[in-house]
Amino acid sequence: MSIETDAIKIQNLSFHWRMGDAAVLDLPELHIKRGERVFIKGASGSGKSTLLSLIGGVLLPQSGTVSVLDQRLNELSSAKRDSFRAEHIGFIFQMFNLIPYLPVIDNVLLPCRFSQRRKHNIEKRGFTLKDEAVRLLEHLDLSTEMLQRSVTELSVGQQQRVAAARALIGGPELVIADEPTSALDADRRSGFLQLLLKECFEQDTTLVFVSHDSALEPQFDRGIQLADINRAIN
Amino acid sequence: MHILTLAIKSMLNRKFTIALTIFSIALSIMLLLGVERLRNDARESFANTISGTDLIVGARSGPVQLLLYSVFRIGNPTNNISWKSYEEIKDQRLVAWTVPLSLGDSHHGFRVLGTNLDYFRHYHYGGGLALEFAKGAPFADVYDAVIGADVAKELNYNLGQEVVLAHGTGEVSFVRHDDKPFRIVGILSKTGTPVDRTVHVSLEGIEAIHTGWENGAPRPGAHIDAEQARQINLQPKTITAALVGLKSRLAAFRVQRFINEYPKEPLLAALPGVALQELWDTMAIAQQVLLAISVLVVLVGISGMMTAMLTSLNERRREMAVLRSVGARPWHIFILFVGEAGAVMSIASAVGVAALYVTQLIARPIIQTQLGLFLPIHSPSTHEFMLIAAAVGAGLLVGLIPAYRAYRYSLSDGMTIRL
Repeated sequence: MSIETDAIKIQNLSFHWRMGDAAVLDLPELHIKRGERVFIKGASGSGKSTLLSLIGGVLLPQSGTVSVLDQRLNELSSAKRDSFRAEHIGFIFQMFNLIPYLPVIDNVLLPCRFSQRRKHNIEKRGFTLKDEAVRLLEHLDLSTEMLQRSVTELSVGQQQRVAAARALIGGPELVIADEPTSALDADRRSGFLQLLLKECFEQDTTLVFVSHDSALEPQFDRGIQLADINRAIN
Repeated sequence: MHILTLAIKSMLNRKFTIALTIFSIALSIMLLLGVERLRNDARESFANTISGTDLIVGARSGPVQLLLYSVFRIGNPTNNISWKSYEEIKDQRLVAWTVPLSLGDSHHGFRVLGTNLDYFRHYHYGGGLALEFAKGAPFADVYDAVIGADVAKELNYNLGQEVVLAHGTGEVSFVRHDDKPFRIVGILSKTGTPVDRTVHVSLEGIEAIHTGWENGAPRPGAHIDAEQARQINLQPKTITAALVGLKSRLAAFRVQRFINEYPKEPLLAALPGVALQELWDTMAIAQQVLLAISVLVVLVGISGMMTAMLTSLNERRREMAVLRSVGARPWHIFILFVGEAGAVMSIASAVGVAALYVTQLIARPIIQTQLGLFLPIHSPSTHEFMLIAAAVGAGLLVGLIPAYRAYRYSLSDGMTIRL
């Protein structure tokens, strides 16, 4: 095995929705190192959701390669990509991240239902799933009384922190956050970001954080303007 | 299987709509099973009413009508047959036994049957069972009566009690034979046939209460009291019908032809098995229509479920996207929906069966009184299990439609949350 250190490596990627349509994404090159916390700035319509779907393996590019953690995604079947995503990547979305009919604890543990690896990661360290969920929620400033509560009773800020706990549970190597702070007010925004960054640092997780709000950029190792690297918009 | 627990939790989250869906499907399944049960049990109940009798003889009408009034005590005879004809049939070489039947009176809505002791010997039901006495013995005196099990139970009668018969067969009768009361000397065991709802007296008893009557009403000034009646000749001149047993079943057609071609009086001899079949066939179309309607009602219930699932699909796209982001595959989403259809159908079937038993418990006595059908309460038959399985199968099949759409959505939406 080569000593690759890239968490994400994209080369000559081109993606369009339908045959004959213009490309939405045309990325000659994108590298994100393992353990790096990267801010990707993109206005809506700049192709950032598409990019995240490509990294998540939900979409495949028509040409070029996407490698995540040294695995070339286009070499995997769609079922393999689904389980690869479950094993290695945690997601946080803008809002409505949670399954409304599951209590907080079940929402946090959802990835462990689909990924044996993430479940084993916790058990390997001698914790029960619940211990780990409680630990993460506490780290994200959520009280343990909330465990059995319905997620619909939570404030938006609390919901986003539950979503962050879910993305981080079982120690996936990569966390992708798609505008997770846009529904929060300024105070909560930086609070949430700090908790997320701290937790990613502690778990040594690669974080790809996509937002249109460049005020957050300084807190990251590196900032990338999607418009700069995506030739499809230029 | 984790995805099925998710399906159940998701259903609990929408319990009101799901409960409504389950309710409507449960009702439709109850209807379907109820109709099927009615069909099968009614047929069995009919077939069990008479056995061992080779021919039923009555005035010329139709076999079904003859069967209905003589055996089921439904409707009224067109005409009587003369005692002379009856005796002549009885004396035929091939005839083993005969039972005379005389109908036309009632007691609190229960039919009164005039007959003789041969009735208790030769009338068989349910594939060869003879009548048995729960209490007492057959009638011995002119004014003795033997009542069926339901008569005793519903009117709370016991041995030795006196009963007054009423003229005519209506529920309410204004002409009562109250000058000549009868005494209950026997109560029959339950048979599950119209016998349970019959008051049996001797032919002489029937004759005695009608002495001095003409054209269905007492002749003025010709009153004869009970004791005087004993003295006169109580040999009946006519009876309503007769049951005939033959020495050999093979002779049935010969004797039947003899009776049907009897020159002195227009008579009809019917084969009970054939008449039962004919009776059943007349109801076949109605039954099939009923069955078809109940199948359609189940389909309506199932399409209601499909509509509910398709409507929920849009609001659940977010849920599906989130599940995809945590690693659910499109077929997980598919299972989520099919599992819901399966759960709805299974619960609805269970509720439907339970509701059927409750309804049966409530409706059984009413059906017995009103229709003379004896519907036993039994555990679900293999046939009924197959019907339930077919309904659940149809539900699952229909559930594939929203499941497939959800599958398509989750493929095309991926993790993108569309609202």
